[in-house]
Amino acid sequence: MTEGRTPIVALTWQQVRYQNCLFWRTPVAAFFTIAFPLMFLLLFSVLFGTEEFEITGRGMFSVAQFYAPALAVFAAASATYTNIGVGTAIARDEGVLKRFRGTPLPPWTYVAGRIGSGVWIAFIATVVMMTVGVVAFNVNIESSKLPAALVTFVVGAACFAALGLALAAASPTGDSAPAVANATILPLAFVSDVFIAMDNPPDWLTAVGNFFPLKHFVRAFQDAFHPLVESPGFEFDHLAVMAVWGVVGTLLALKFFTWEPRESASGRRRRRRRTGGSEPSGSE
Amino acid sequence: MSAIRVRGLVKTYGAVDAVRGIDLTIEPGEVFALLGPNGAGKTTTVEILEGHRQRNAGEVEVLGVDPATAGRGFRERIGIVLQTSGIDRELTVRESLLLYGALYPRRRPADEVIEITGLSEKAEARIKTLSGGQRRRVDLALGIVGDPDLIFLDEPTTGFDPSARRKSWELISNLRSLGKTILLTTHYMDEAQHLADRVAVIAGGVIVAEGTPDTLGGRRDGGATVAFRLPAAGRPPAPFDVPAGADGFVRVEVKDLAATLHGLTEWALREKAALDGLTVTRPSLEDVYLQLTREAEGD
Repeated sequence: MTEGRTPIVALTWQQVRYQNCLFWRTPVAAFFTIAFPLMFLLLFSVLFGTEEFEITGRGMFSVAQFYAPALAVFAAASATYTNIGVGTAIARDEGVLKRFRGTPLPPWTYVAGRIGSGVWIAFIATVVMMTVGVVAFNVNIESSKLPAALVTFVVGAACFAALGLALAAASPTGDSAPAVANATILPLAFVSDVFIAMDNPPDWLTAVGNFFPLKHFVRAFQDAFHPLVESPGFEFDHLAVMAVWGVVGTLLALKFFTWEPRESASGRRRRRRRTGGSEPSGSE
Repeated sequence: MSAIRVRGLVKTYGAVDAVRGIDLTIEPGEVFALLGPNGAGKTTTVEILEGHRQRNAGEVEVLGVDPATAGRGFRERIGIVLQTSGIDRELTVRESLLLYGALYPRRRPADEVIEITGLSEKAEARIKTLSGGQRRRVDLALGIVGDPDLIFLDEPTTGFDPSARRKSWELISNLRSLGKTILLTTHYMDEAQHLADRVAVIAGGVIVAEGTPDTLGGRRDGGATVAFRLPAAGRPPAPFDVPAGADGFVRVEVKDLAATLHGLTEWALREKAALDGLTVTRPSLEDVYLQLTREAEGD
């Protein structure tokens, strides 16, 4: 028998490690977060070639200098938004959240574990992407702009973590969460210059891209590696948009988050049959 | 101070009254079983006591506090085994116990809990590889890892085979001998009979009977069913002078058992009638339960 409360810091750390452990034990999540964006990097290098071109006064650069940061942002956004949203919605529907709610675990500690783990995995995905970019595609990193890259990463990852919690709260069931996640993040990626920077897109498409936070994440992070952007390279207008979306996500999550599993349509049918249709009861 | 004290508890879901005025008192160290059909309000009641749901009216005190507003200190003293389990499939049994154990100030060693719940062979197995019964034992293990004073067990052995059920009963009996208070809901009358100090039958959102498993619904009032094969010759005395059933047996419910039975055996000796297959049956807990819930449903 052990006496004494586990310190709150240790509990939070344990929650982060627990979520990390679950992530790495779910190969499909690890694949889509880490390997999938890397495949785009390889694909783009085949499509666009790896030849270098000269930027006057700055030296030689490859196209990967621009799309590696964009894909790193995409990886970071799916590590936070998709993983946190889908994972939390599934945990809710499986009754894991309800079980924790009946224990002394302070509820925010669970949420902190989700966010901490999501941001950590996003960090790994980003570092992997940029490292492959540097090693295989000659991406150039200026150390004087790394603080800007790091700050952009932290603000962007926090923003998409908050939106992930909002996604979990908004998803009617755990089963539907991946669909909702993909149906939102993928189209958004196309209008946010993640895959291809469009020449002369229609105005409304630009407007949609500017409205949502992903494009601002991409631009701010790209600029931290852009040869023509002077150090320190902070893009406060982009950071501000992400911060606002982070607050919006947090508010939505707070409003709609539940710890109880949501009943699926099939569950309601089962119940009606069992009670003979006359006595709908939410109790058992 | 009582472990649980409930007065006039009411819970409605929209227009449906799930719980319609329940009073309940459970003393420390008691094993109390709540019996009732599906939809009777068992789980709703228990979840209000656990702090999972808010009530509409009534007074509730669990371990001296109101679970609706109680915080971490309250949850450190209770253990909950929910009806539907949610454990992360990718964790091992031991990892789950370490994860949840760390939440309690007075935690039991994971290995000890694994052993007493009979999961030693599965300690390193991932949850997803366990059978339904084994998962239920993990639920039980997680419910007691924090060494709680009060344990809620919502249908703890549903879906168990008989030997697994016996083992769980032993475990629950051991918890009782440690002085834990246990509130149990179950469908199984033998489970209530075996484990509970007191039982209450809940139907239609109210408690229709309460007592010990042996006295519930007047089981000790002397009433019994007397049955025997009707002898070929002769006619037994009242109240046994009724037509036999299709199987040739006379079956009569009697109130004053000793006197009535005396009348019957005296007649049998005199007539030299063998009372083949004579049985005297007290109503089982199940009989009483079925009758009580039938009455409550107005059949």
